[in-house]
Amino acid sequence: MSLGRRVLFGAAAPALAFVVAAIVTSVVLLGSGDSPVEFWQVVLSVPDARQFVNIVNVSAILYLSGLAAAIGFRMNLFNIGVEGQYRVATFAGGFFAGQAFLPGYLNTAAAIVVAMAAGAAWAGIAAVLRVTRGVSEVISTIMLNAIALSLVAYLLREFGNREGQTIVTDQIQQSSWVPNFTLVPGEDTKVYGLVFLALVAGVAFAVLLSGTRFGFDLRATGQSESAAVASGVNVRRMVVYAMLLSGAVAGLIGMPELFGASHAFGSTIQTGIGFTGIAVALLGRNRPIGIAIGALVFAYLAQQSSPLGIEADISPEIIAVTQGVVVLSVVIAYEVIRRYQARLEQAQVAATLRRERAAGQEVSA
Amino acid sequence: MSVVAREHSAPGTDGPRFGRGIRLWLYALVALLAVSTVRMVTGADQLTSTGTLQAAIVAAIPIALAGLGGLWSERAGVVNIGLEGMMILGTLGAGYYTYYQGVWVGLAGAMLFGAIGGALHALATVVFAVDHIVSGVAINIIAAGVAAFLAEVFFAGLEGGGPTQSPSLDRPPEITVPGVSDAAAGIADNGWFVVSDLAAVVNALTEDLSVFTLLALIAIFGTGWLLWYTSFGLRLRSCGESPYSAESLGVNVYRYKFIAVTLSGVFAGFGGCYLAVVASSGYANGLSGNRGYIGLAAMIFGNWRPGGLLAGSVLFGYSEGARLRGGGELVHALLLLLAIGLFGLAVWQLYRGFRISAALTGLVAAGVLWWFVVTDSIPADFTEMTPYVATLLVLALASQRLRMPAADGLPYRRGGVG
Amino acid sequence: MSSPAVAVSLRGIAKRFPGVVANHDVSVDVQAGTVHALVGENGAGKSTLMKILYGVQKPDDGSITVDGEDVGFSSPTDAIARGIGMVFQHFQLADNLTVLENVVLGAEKLHGIGDKARAEIGRISTAYGFDLDPDELVETLGVGERQRVEILKVLYRGARIIILDEPTAVLVPQEVEALFANLRELKAEGHTLLFISHKLDEVLEIADEITVLRRGTTVDTVEPSAVTSHDLAELMVGAELPSPSTAESTVTDRVVLEVSDLRVQDSDGRPLLSDVSLTIRAGEVLGIAGVEGNGQTELVEAVLGMRPAVAGTVQLGGEDVTRWGTRQRRAAGVGYIPEDRQRHGLLLDAPLWENRILGHQTRPPAMNGHWINRSGARDDSDRIVSEYDVRTPGIDTTAGSLSGGNQQKFLVGREMSGEPRLLVAAHPTRGVDVGAQAAIWDQVREARRRGLAVLLVSADLDELIGLSDTIRVVLRGRLGDELDPRTVTPQQLGSAMTGAGDRSESAS
Repeated sequence: MSLGRRVLFGAAAPALAFVVAAIVTSVVLLGSGDSPVEFWQVVLSVPDARQFVNIVNVSAILYLSGLAAAIGFRMNLFNIGVEGQYRVATFAGGFFAGQAFLPGYLNTAAAIVVAMAAGAAWAGIAAVLRVTRGVSEVISTIMLNAIALSLVAYLLREFGNREGQTIVTDQIQQSSWVPNFTLVPGEDTKVYGLVFLALVAGVAFAVLLSGTRFGFDLRATGQSESAAVASGVNVRRMVVYAMLLSGAVAGLIGMPELFGASHAFGSTIQTGIGFTGIAVALLGRNRPIGIAIGALVFAYLAQQSSPLGIEADISPEIIAVTQGVVVLSVVIAYEVIRRYQARLEQAQVAATLRRERAAGQEVSA
Repeated sequence: MSVVAREHSAPGTDGPRFGRGIRLWLYALVALLAVSTVRMVTGADQLTSTGTLQAAIVAAIPIALAGLGGLWSERAGVVNIGLEGMMILGTLGAGYYTYYQGVWVGLAGAMLFGAIGGALHALATVVFAVDHIVSGVAINIIAAGVAAFLAEVFFAGLEGGGPTQSPSLDRPPEITVPGVSDAAAGIADNGWFVVSDLAAVVNALTEDLSVFTLLALIAIFGTGWLLWYTSFGLRLRSCGESPYSAESLGVNVYRYKFIAVTLSGVFAGFGGCYLAVVASSGYANGLSGNRGYIGLAAMIFGNWRPGGLLAGSVLFGYSEGARLRGGGELVHALLLLLAIGLFGLAVWQLYRGFRISAALTGLVAAGVLWWFVVTDSIPADFTEMTPYVATLLVLALASQRLRMPAADGLPYRRGGVG
Repeated sequence: MSSPAVAVSLRGIAKRFPGVVANHDVSVDVQAGTVHALVGENGAGKSTLMKILYGVQKPDDGSITVDGEDVGFSSPTDAIARGIGMVFQHFQLADNLTVLENVVLGAEKLHGIGDKARAEIGRISTAYGFDLDPDELVETLGVGERQRVEILKVLYRGARIIILDEPTAVLVPQEVEALFANLRELKAEGHTLLFISHKLDEVLEIADEITVLRRGTTVDTVEPSAVTSHDLAELMVGAELPSPSTAESTVTDRVVLEVSDLRVQDSDGRPLLSDVSLTIRAGEVLGIAGVEGNGQTELVEAVLGMRPAVAGTVQLGGEDVTRWGTRQRRAAGVGYIPEDRQRHGLLLDAPLWENRILGHQTRPPAMNGHWINRSGARDDSDRIVSEYDVRTPGIDTTAGSLSGGNQQKFLVGREMSGEPRLLVAAHPTRGVDVGAQAAIWDQVREARRRGLAVLLVSADLDELIGLSDTIRVVLRGRLGDELDPRTVTPQQLGSAMTGAGDRSESAS
């Protein structure tokens, strides 16, 4: 199959999914007495400078979240616990950085490592339960999400400082802050410095997947566990490694915002990123570039929809409907197209072989 | 991939008899003895007070209904992670329809909304053969979004309501069996070992019992009869055990799977309705509180059978009820109960020859006991975790000796026979 | 009754699938009350034809006539309603359900699902001597019993025309005799039997008429008294038959694989293999014969490290590998041709060159340490394609698009790469066309000459006898004594495979 055709097939499913989602969203809006026209006007308007910068920031964060989920999904290991891992990790990282055991950027680097370790450890619980007791990681990671919520709230209460309505960990010293950079001259809102983590993680993921033995094992396990086992893959070990890696990447999610804006972990930490990340991963079919596009799209939708309430008197929650329908449509579309592709290829192969056979017979005749 | 990792599923008999009743009654008796003992030892009378038990029932039923939905779906071979989303849709439907048309239309509306979620999942998995877990996750995402949006549309303008919650809703009628409940209450108040506790159970079941609870119990036992004693049930189960065999005998596997998955949405919706009008006073964002997943855990614990499912739900419901009624102190008393249970399990494992497992379990039991001894109460943040930790414990301890339907979670395409 | 009526008539049947024509211009007349055999090589189109007759597939062309009436089946239900029943080669039974539940499924209206059904099953079982308990779980039954459940299913529904798809594939000679006795009883009661097989001797013994299929179309219909198995074989293949031959011994005295007192058990502690000891030397092929389910699969898995041993040792070239995982063992030079290539040997959605890496993730040329060597894998895939005559447009084609025979050829080529010391081959030519089968046999012999040791598990007695230097039979998890393939007879082999040649039920 030629490259052009492959790209076409790859893009067909998301495109189809967006069309379906657009239709469903419009219908729902009509049904609830809102105006789809106004909705599209707001959402499809060109983002201003501030929104643009926000989109860049949110995309990077969503990309990390999608990546964390995708590592597991690639081998049919469903880590739905990115949300909890991100929460535990960001708390651990923020708390550690606030203690300032180390000076300056050393502190920052160490805190990032602590965050990754904490995320990995939290994910590791689910991994251990799965390989020793056969507990489905789907349920255990969801339970761990809820437990993380309560646990971090408790730890925050014990070790944090009250600031009015919220509780936060100790402020991180300015020497450890990561400078933000100006993307749009003249605009106050800046891009978080640690956004580059997303780029690094993405490249690392791509290299891992297609260039290393571990990546091959991961993909093989996802395609056919029985074949992978026969080829020597130790599935239990893979589960543990993949979950730990997934949790570690989840640990990175909160870092750009922590070191670029809030400089402390607080009870107002943004929620839902873990779940949006899963949606992004599914949209991008768990591939490094696909996830990037998915992250950009979802970030765009999220930013563009926040003024909906003010400008069009539509609840911004509608975008959650759009996102959800996109995810369901895209997984269906991927499945349909995959099957069609396989049948097409089978027919092509048979045709090619028939031609060769005929040509061979002509020559020998 | 299915909900219980395949390599841990053990062989065993899965005969046609429903529930293996005697064994369950025995377990129930042992449990009663244990709880009664702990009550006498710790003096925590609330462990078996009528109030706690009633709260336990109200907490158990939504979990049982969600689990029932899971059972229908998985018995037909489709893993349904989307139960949570279907439950959310149920709470929304209940909120809307109950407010305008009363509890019975509310129930129907909730079931309808749940059925829509179920049908979507069925469409994705049965018709398009999408991976079951992926589809379930997608359904949850959609349901959460739809509910949040429509809640604002439905309730924001209503008096007593708001963008994230409905106004107070009507409650379904409650039943009290005269005479029996009073007599039982009288015995329960005496604080006698086991007898009073048993009386408290009877009292809880006969005083102010919601009609919906009764309906739910009928649904659970009705499921057992339907699936194991009718040809409809046989065909449905065959789809989950060996769909290609069923196909070769002329069973329309697609149709049964579709029905089963849609029905699972109906039951999840019922569970959502129960949450909104019996367990709570109306719709609120996040009311489902992960019960869709806890229901799945109850289903696994019950070995995909209605009787076991109910037992598992009671387990979860009880810990939830204790938390709601007695807070930190009561959950603290539960620690002792847990320690006893774990020690018992360790002994049984030792008897069966699983030395390492027995040692580990014993270690955990000792840890729990130590925790019980050195503290008086449990902080609020930790009691919040109770149902989730309970779920993990149940799954970790129970996953080994189970038998899920043989073709659960596996993709099926017509014509793949022979 | 003077002239027998025609029970089933198929005329001009055609069926196409993407990439392959399964049947074209097939015409068969089956006389009522006879045993009609349908023979052909693997891939000749027999199974597809029978699926069409049973309503699982719809023909693209042609007509079907049953008892004189033109019929069109859109599902097995229609065929069943017409009195046609099919006993599949791979049993269609639900392990977790009882015999009763399996039999009444789909036919609940006939006698309900309770006591009436139980009584009817008892009646049929007694009438034909099946000896089946309706309330027993199918998973506890042995192979022969399961087959009888399948036949019972068909009789329960009042089938008069019974199709049997390769019924003797999993039976030993003694069980085949028992089955044939049952079939003769059924024929005496007026049933019409359609018998699909590629075992010519058996067909000649039981059939009244034989139709030969080749490359998807009917070649001829003959009477057994008029042909020999050689004639049939020629009709089937249309060319000269390859025959496994015994050549000069290549066995050396260097021990490659040594298994001692191996014991493997299942999760309940029941033994699957007990006291298994075997030795394979360089240049030697050890053939393992046995009825499916006696421990062959477990033996293969234990040698490869896919299944842990609770006792005993496995030594590779003198090194104790008992505690080694699969990856380590394969990296040490163990090749594996799995029984089910699609599930264990290939990634169907991945291109051929990526499949080259599968199973060889630790060794060059496909790998460079922990890094994938793309060009190495691609170059070597090209080599395999040309050396093993794999018909494929290229190495970027997905493995799933190739035919079974070509998939197997690529797989064998891959496993032979890197000069393995030991090759574990489970049913290496199952489902493979004759040409590919001969090619694979040649490659194995060639490698054997170079010193390869082979553990061969096969149900094809010809393959076993033709390729092995020594044969041992596995029965109920134990290995029997060594047998010499040059002198052993199929009868002797069959006795060993069932245990002392008695007519009772085989091991389960």
